[in-house]
Amino acid sequence: MGRDLLLFITVFAACAVEAVEAVTIVLAAGLTRGWRSSLAGLSVALIVLAAIVAVLGPALTVVPIDALRLVVGGLLVVFGLQWLRKAILRASGFVPLHDEEAIFARELADARAAGREPGGIDGYGFLLSFKGVLLEGLEVAFIAVTLGSSQHNVGLAAAAAVTAVAVVAAVGIVVHAPLSRVPENPLKFGVGVMLTTFGIFWGAEGAGVDWPGGDAAILAILGFTLGASLALVAALRRRHLGTVTA
Amino acid sequence: MRHVRAFATFLYDFVFGDDPLIAIAVVAALGLTGALTEAGVAAWWLLPLAAIGILGVSLHRATRA
Repeated sequence: MGRDLLLFITVFAACAVEAVEAVTIVLAAGLTRGWRSSLAGLSVALIVLAAIVAVLGPALTVVPIDALRLVVGGLLVVFGLQWLRKAILRASGFVPLHDEEAIFARELADARAAGREPGGIDGYGFLLSFKGVLLEGLEVAFIAVTLGSSQHNVGLAAAAAVTAVAVVAAVGIVVHAPLSRVPENPLKFGVGVMLTTFGIFWGAEGAGVDWPGGDAAILAILGFTLGASLALVAALRRRHLGTVTA
Repeated sequence: MRHVRAFATFLYDFVFGDDPLIAIAVVAALGLTGALTEAGVAAWWLLPLAAIGILGVSLHRATRA
């Protein structure tokens, strides 16, 4: 139950972060190049993503569980540490926070500057929307499929992904503007901590480790990863302040 | 050819991200964990410590400049 809840929260948060970026691009394409082209690009990208999940999900269930956990665990640690690295650099001030409004303005300007094709579906709007949704969605599809299959619960991971995308899309439709108020960096930080935690647990199990306390070790790894990451943010923030004031 | 190169670039970015050291060090830590476990050592502590160590080194490299 506890593991399932963590799985749901991790996939939901990862999907929400990426969905915010995808909605920003779809909105920019829709407002400048027409909604027909933008929504067509979005639909085709979602179909491609669904096909990837449909092929990858069942394929992963036939791989021996220890080999799967070793490979998936390793990849999740790599992804988790990359997300954490980005989030810590932003939180400590070394890299500017992700600004959805600035990205939205840039996409709008680029889309307006591109030439328009007469009649039918506008190629630029279609491709902008398609590429944005596919690229943002691939990472999430991978996380959902690997986390879900390692825990024999692809259905729950898929439900979390669909719920997150539906919530973010609904908010995007209602506000009709980039979702700049979503606390993207804290979400990214949280997802990084959870991906790293799951990755460490499964990766080590795949390498033959028996965790003291069994499944309860996940909570200990979560606490350790969170505490160490917060300590790194505090240390880098102090260092950044020292650099700025020096 | 252009599409193959674009896909290869995408795949590299997807796995290695901003710092390839992370992926390489994680693979090494997993290998060491497996070797120690095979030798009868309870190596459950290695991967958590290695992950945070790798993160610290990667952040240090990123902020040094």
